[in-house]
Amino acid sequence: MDWINAAAQGVLLGGFYALLASGLSFLFGVMRIANLAHGASVVLSAYLALWVLELTGVPWFVTLIVVVPLIAALGWVLQLSVLNRALERGGLAPILVTFGLAVALSSLIQELFSADSRSIPAPGLGEASIAVAPGLAIGVLPLLTFGIGILVIVVLQLFLARTRLGRAIRAASDDASAAQLMGIDTKRIFALAAALAMATVAVAGVVLGLRTQFTPVYGNLVLIFAFEAVIIGGLGSLWGTLAGGLILGLAQTIGAQIFPGYGVLIGHLVFLVLLAARPSGLLPKAVTA
Amino acid sequence: MNLLDVTGLDSYYGDFQALYGIDVSVAHGETLAIIGANGAGKSTLLKSIAGIVVPAHGAIAIDGVDVTRLPAHRRVTAGIAMSPEGRRIFPSLSVEENLLVGGHARRPGPWTLDRVLEKIPLVGDIRTKAGRALSGGEQQAVAIARALMSNPRLLLLDEVSLGLAPVAVEKLYAALPAITAEGTTVLIVEQDVNHALAVADRVQCLLEGRTVLEGPASRFTRAELAAAYFGLSDGSH
Repeated sequence: MDWINAAAQGVLLGGFYALLASGLSFLFGVMRIANLAHGASVVLSAYLALWVLELTGVPWFVTLIVVVPLIAALGWVLQLSVLNRALERGGLAPILVTFGLAVALSSLIQELFSADSRSIPAPGLGEASIAVAPGLAIGVLPLLTFGIGILVIVVLQLFLARTRLGRAIRAASDDASAAQLMGIDTKRIFALAAALAMATVAVAGVVLGLRTQFTPVYGNLVLIFAFEAVIIGGLGSLWGTLAGGLILGLAQTIGAQIFPGYGVLIGHLVFLVLLAARPSGLLPKAVTA
Repeated sequence: MNLLDVTGLDSYYGDFQALYGIDVSVAHGETLAIIGANGAGKSTLLKSIAGIVVPAHGAIAIDGVDVTRLPAHRRVTAGIAMSPEGRRIFPSLSVEENLLVGGHARRPGPWTLDRVLEKIPLVGDIRTKAGRALSGGEQQAVAIARALMSNPRLLLLDEVSLGLAPVAVEKLYAALPAITAEGTTVLIVEQDVNHALAVADRVQCLLEGRTVLEGPASRFTRAELAAAYFGLSDGSH
């Protein structure tokens, strides 16, 4: 039963990693930007939710109404003001810009909210669990996290596959100057993509805040887990990122079952082994030259 | 009034001046062929009209409305669509999705997805194929059909025959009358003079960025065109 329990917890944890990684994966898939400010943006969203909650006293899920549009708007503005120009320069410019953003964001968070570790209070949610079988209980919060993770990825994927704007994003991603010849304003389409990526970042940030104690520099850890999930799954593929998150989650919980206390380390090792064995990931987006 | 008026266009390709004070006019419903050897400036001219190349001097007007400073994506709304050099099919999109992207600007007009698939059977047969899996001839057919999806007033076709098998070129040119029959004005750039002349009402020949010959397609002999094309005609007739 211990092993089944570890596997179940691993799958649920994997859903959380997929949620953490979805914005990173989406932004990379569309624009080939490795967003080093991803983790800091997740943590900023968590602090923002906490601030709204303390200011108004609303339950945690209501904070999403404020945090998601605000962080999405931040993505829109950053893309139009800075990242589009960095993309035109090409080479190292986008990665340097996001690195600068990451540093600036964590310093800003520290200035505004102090370096104390915090979490988003959700009375009862952290402890609640459902007994599935004797000896196997599933926490409500991990289950909710898993559901949100799957939902975010499915919605993003459906948007890309089925809608006019999703199609325009894919076309601009394939060939931006050809997309302009089709009447697509690629700068605005990329801004839309950045806004969507940051909307998922906002959701991930609120969920993170519910699950764990966070500090202004917690984004570094988030960035590492998110990168691992994205790279295991294959760069640019959302389904791959979901698979990558699940593998990382399972590796950590099953690893902890074998070597108690070393779960995170086992997760990193599994990532390194997979990176060596399958450098292009499990479900790589078929990249064209 | 002409549909397209290009006046005194100077365009650069990097540091190299590709066009020297070019004038081009196309009347409503007319098909104009721009011919010339490699490097004559044909593609730069077309790119300037589509808005990918910003001209140094000169003006481009559609129906008397100046579009010289309009970015490429807004020219589609103004009624200019291009099948670009190299076709530039979106590889990760299906043929049908490529066409739908062509209609992104939602300009009203006769061309809908169903109608394009019906009138250009070359494309109708491969609608579910992935963009990356197309042959050269299929790519070119999709590129033309995709440009039509924006219901352009002016359709720019860049090097339709380049790199294609003669059979594929025949099929593509056979589809052109169905397009012009809808009243679409066509500006075609070709190295292949025979094909260009077969569909064009008027022809304009460029040599090293300047117009060396211009007039109704039926007025010139092959020898005259060849001379202009290769720049051999200086004063000999």
